[in-house]
Amino acid sequence: MAFLDRTARQFLLLEIAQGMWLTLRYFFSRKATLNYPYEKNPLSPRFRGEHALRRYPNGEERCIACKLCEAICPSQCIVIEAEPRADGSRRTTRYDIDMTKCIYCGLCEEACPVDAIVEGPNFEFSVETREELMYDKARLLANGDRWEAELARRLELDAPYR
Amino acid sequence: MSGFLATPVGQLALVVGEALALLVPLLIIVAFLTYAERKILAAIQLRKGPNVVGPFGLMQPFADALKMMMKETIIPSGANPLLFLFAPMLTFVLAMMAWAVIPVNEGWAIANINVGILYLFAISSLGVYGVMIAGWASNSEYAFLGALRSAAQMVSYEVSLGFVIVTVLLCAGSLNLSDIVLAQRNIWFAIPLFPMFVVFIISMLAETNRSPFDLPEGESEIVAGFFVEYSSLAFGLFFLGEYANMVLMSGMATILFLGGWMGPFGLWPALGPIWFLLKVCFFLFIFVWVRGTLPRYRYDQLMRLGWKVFLPLSLAWLVITAGVLVGAGWLPKLPAPV
Repeated sequence: MAFLDRTARQFLLLEIAQGMWLTLRYFFSRKATLNYPYEKNPLSPRFRGEHALRRYPNGEERCIACKLCEAICPSQCIVIEAEPRADGSRRTTRYDIDMTKCIYCGLCEEACPVDAIVEGPNFEFSVETREELMYDKARLLANGDRWEAELARRLELDAPYR
Repeated sequence: MSGFLATPVGQLALVVGEALALLVPLLIIVAFLTYAERKILAAIQLRKGPNVVGPFGLMQPFADALKMMMKETIIPSGANPLLFLFAPMLTFVLAMMAWAVIPVNEGWAIANINVGILYLFAISSLGVYGVMIAGWASNSEYAFLGALRSAAQMVSYEVSLGFVIVTVLLCAGSLNLSDIVLAQRNIWFAIPLFPMFVVFIISMLAETNRSPFDLPEGESEIVAGFFVEYSSLAFGLFFLGEYANMVLMSGMATILFLGGWMGPFGLWPALGPIWFLLKVCFFLFIFVWVRGTLPRYRYDQLMRLGWKVFLPLSLAWLVITAGVLVGAGWLPKLPAPV
């Protein structure tokens, strides 16, 4: 009986017909495609994208050159050099991030005591040469100026969970 | 005008005109078939498919064709250049030649010959030469493996395909394709010969090397099979030939089983070519639909299916059909032998 059952199933193409029916239903169902450059997915406030160095509202840069981010960075892509400024405050003279080394783990952001280095929502920073991905302090500060509104909003949204 | 057409030059011009009237729409259908395939596969996988070039991505086939023509033709140093370039041409030309006998409407065949179905069968059998020459002339292991597989596969499935065709011929009583269509005036052969119809559909998948029988080009095993070494226009000709063969097999299935240019229940007889096109599209959809559903067969499964299932099945059905036709006295009346 089991033999008859199996043979009948095979010759009537039962399982193949079931499979075809499934794909036919999928054919008519709603598509999951996102037209990427024109449509974008919502991002979590915790999304870890391109780095930025933030400033205080008065324009003073937040970074105090404590080098905690440099110390914690697992891929060692951050290089910081610092010396006292003319007014006696301690500031960085060099703050480089090698974006080709960075693994976007977010530990620099976690380590920073003054919320100076953050990872923003921007993930569309592709460039044509490798050199352009060696970010220096000016570039990071410019990123901070460009994304400040968004960065502040994200930090605020995520604050209750910290 | 009729005087000009009677001269040899006029006859030649007429034939060329007829051929162009058939081949240009055919090539356009082939171009959009690649687009339709991508769209249907995408829809089955919950994607949208090409939608950037032109409205709904409709210009995609032309963008692809342009890209393909811009590429460099590479002839491997170990290859036999003459045969290497001859193979894709052969595949393409054969795929186009077969269309000479296909009647798109009553009396619309370019060559309405009395051995039409034999001609079709012969031409589609020759198609394996393109594949084998390509595999051999490439002088590459993968290409050679692909060609071997293709030869074995096409030979195996042509046997059962032949029996299916003979069954239809028994019912129609003619080798002329137009007569076969006209013999289905009362009922399409797909209904009384349904098992043969299914065998034909599966065999035509194998015959055109389409999924789930795409072993000759199985990209996860032997890269691209017999056309690994091809690029540019040579590759394009293979590509066109394969898709034209799909359309051809769909046309054959339409003529043999779905009543060619006749509408269901004799509806709108004036729409002949449209009905034909619709039925061909139905089969083409099946081609892509199956590709979106089934995984590739293993090589021994393919051979077992061909020789141990399809061959006995089609042979048995042929004998049963012949028995019923003789027993019930339904044999088609043949014209008296000359």
